[in-house]
Amino acid sequence: MSIGSARYTFGADEHVFVELSEEMSLEAFFKGMAITNALAARKVPGVTEICPANASYQVRFDPDVIAPDAMLALLQQLESELGNASLEIATRIIEVPVFYNDPWTHETLMRFRERHQDPTATDLEYSARVNGYASVDAFIDAHAGSPWFVSMVGFVAGLPFLFQMVERAKQIETPKYLRPRTDTPKLTIGHGGCFGAIYSVRGAGGYQMYGITPAPIFDPAQSLPYFKDFMCFFRPGDIVKYRRIDRAEYDAMVGQVEAGTFTLKIAPVQFSLASFLADPTAYNRSLMEALR
Amino acid sequence: MSIEVLRPGLATTVQDAGRPGYYNVGIPLSGAMDQYSLRVANLLVGNDETAAALECALMGPELRFHTDAVIAVAGSTMTPKFDGVAQACNTALAVRAGTVVSFDFMRAGARAYVAIAGGIDVPVVLGSRSTYGLGAFGGFQGRKLAVGDRLPVGVPQRTPTPGRSVDASLVMPLDKEVPLRVVPGLYFHRITDASAQTFFDDTWVIAPEADRIGVRCRSGRPLEWRPRAQPFGAGSDPSNIVDAGYPYGSIQVPGGVEPIILHRDAVSGGGYAMIGTVISADMDRIAQMQPNYKARFVRVDMAQALAARAERRAKLDRLRAALA
Repeated sequence: MSIGSARYTFGADEHVFVELSEEMSLEAFFKGMAITNALAARKVPGVTEICPANASYQVRFDPDVIAPDAMLALLQQLESELGNASLEIATRIIEVPVFYNDPWTHETLMRFRERHQDPTATDLEYSARVNGYASVDAFIDAHAGSPWFVSMVGFVAGLPFLFQMVERAKQIETPKYLRPRTDTPKLTIGHGGCFGAIYSVRGAGGYQMYGITPAPIFDPAQSLPYFKDFMCFFRPGDIVKYRRIDRAEYDAMVGQVEAGTFTLKIAPVQFSLASFLADPTAYNRSLMEALR
Repeated sequence: MSIEVLRPGLATTVQDAGRPGYYNVGIPLSGAMDQYSLRVANLLVGNDETAAALECALMGPELRFHTDAVIAVAGSTMTPKFDGVAQACNTALAVRAGTVVSFDFMRAGARAYVAIAGGIDVPVVLGSRSTYGLGAFGGFQGRKLAVGDRLPVGVPQRTPTPGRSVDASLVMPLDKEVPLRVVPGLYFHRITDASAQTFFDDTWVIAPEADRIGVRCRSGRPLEWRPRAQPFGAGSDPSNIVDAGYPYGSIQVPGGVEPIILHRDAVSGGGYAMIGTVISADMDRIAQMQPNYKARFVRVDMAQALAARAERRAKLDRLRAALA
């Protein structure tokens, strides 16, 4: 299990960009988490942003405080110090309720049908077919059956990119829309390439749309208890398990959100990459026990 | 102590030095796109140089002052008018309560900064008063100004001096053709040698889609990508990469067709290869490029980028000394 050494490149005079791997893998993501966590712990003067991403990370710095060459050398040093350290993180698993095949994403996908690869099918029907599932139901079972890693937060405020914790052969892969939509409902569960996403705000988007969650994930007013610490709920390294809900449960939860009483099921877990890779199915089962 | 918005202008927002530290969760820097001109306007009215001011894109607002105030307009050339009477740019101007302040059309540049002694006193969110429109927070209620808004004004910390102005050598240049210095890198190796050449040879035209997120350029020759089997997770188009973070000033070229330079409300990441980054010293100049202005990308190395940064800092120091 090796992804080789990283590629370092400057984004002009204020950024170092580090590509850990050209292709997506949990190994690359974990290496980025480990290095960016180590960098954050050092509280290096002049470092203004530390941004882990899926298989890369970037650091923004003030070159008047730390010279670009010194910045880059420090990151290379952190990479070499990491060596073959065991990749374990203390994180949390979160159950996210999803109303699949809901009327709002359905209305939106019908509105933008001419921008889709298959105008005669829905996004769920299309994605089930191109991933070899016999039915939409079987596809949703796979989507909601195994947990996902939050491998990056961004694009816009609080939007999580998610990478499903399954063997590569079982990864869901779908193209993005041929031309991006100009509209996506807030809290849409989407998928593009090998990544899932939850749209934190309403807006443009190119991912396939599968459903909607009643759970807000970005709230500048921080009105629900789980926004107590910050206006963005998700952090890189979070583990998400989707749970299929129906219209009645969705409506009830929206009522709770409006009343300010809605909560998410969240449990602390320890994640070990080596244990996961040894037997993903069994390891996921044990992780999901934390939500019982 | 307030200012009433009679007409909002095209896209008028409250901005200051910005909000660093949250890019890892997709919250961009925000803040004035032309940080230099923000400082000119603030220093003229005796504010701290990064106090919150109004950034007015392309077409200015119309404002009724319900308080005596001292204001200054810097950045683009957009003549302020007091009850219809033209006033000077880059000058501290006393405004009487009841005056309607409007603006002439923008003659050069793209963004004017209107500073008011005391600053715009909107709440500080995550360390800044800047507006972040996509996230709907910061600034005035998280959005651009609208008719009927009443902007609170802070208490001036120093007594401003109306009539004070700044030498022409100390304001932003507003040329219609701008050389933008770029350090190649990031995914520059993904384009062919021929495209690496044409990118720097061609003259690019700023497209109408130029906002606080980014500026799109047209009219140069399309870029070609080196052939490869796309890596797992990268997506099928040769301009795609596994979604990654985008540096401020980075230049992405979706489909190889139209370069987009990300600015202070940048989307923090995505799946398009970036081929280089505009140096920090030239970011202010991008803010002053109207649609149809022309850009040429000039290849520089890190030493040149740092030298340009030092020059910009020296100019800022001269500005501070002149307005101390």
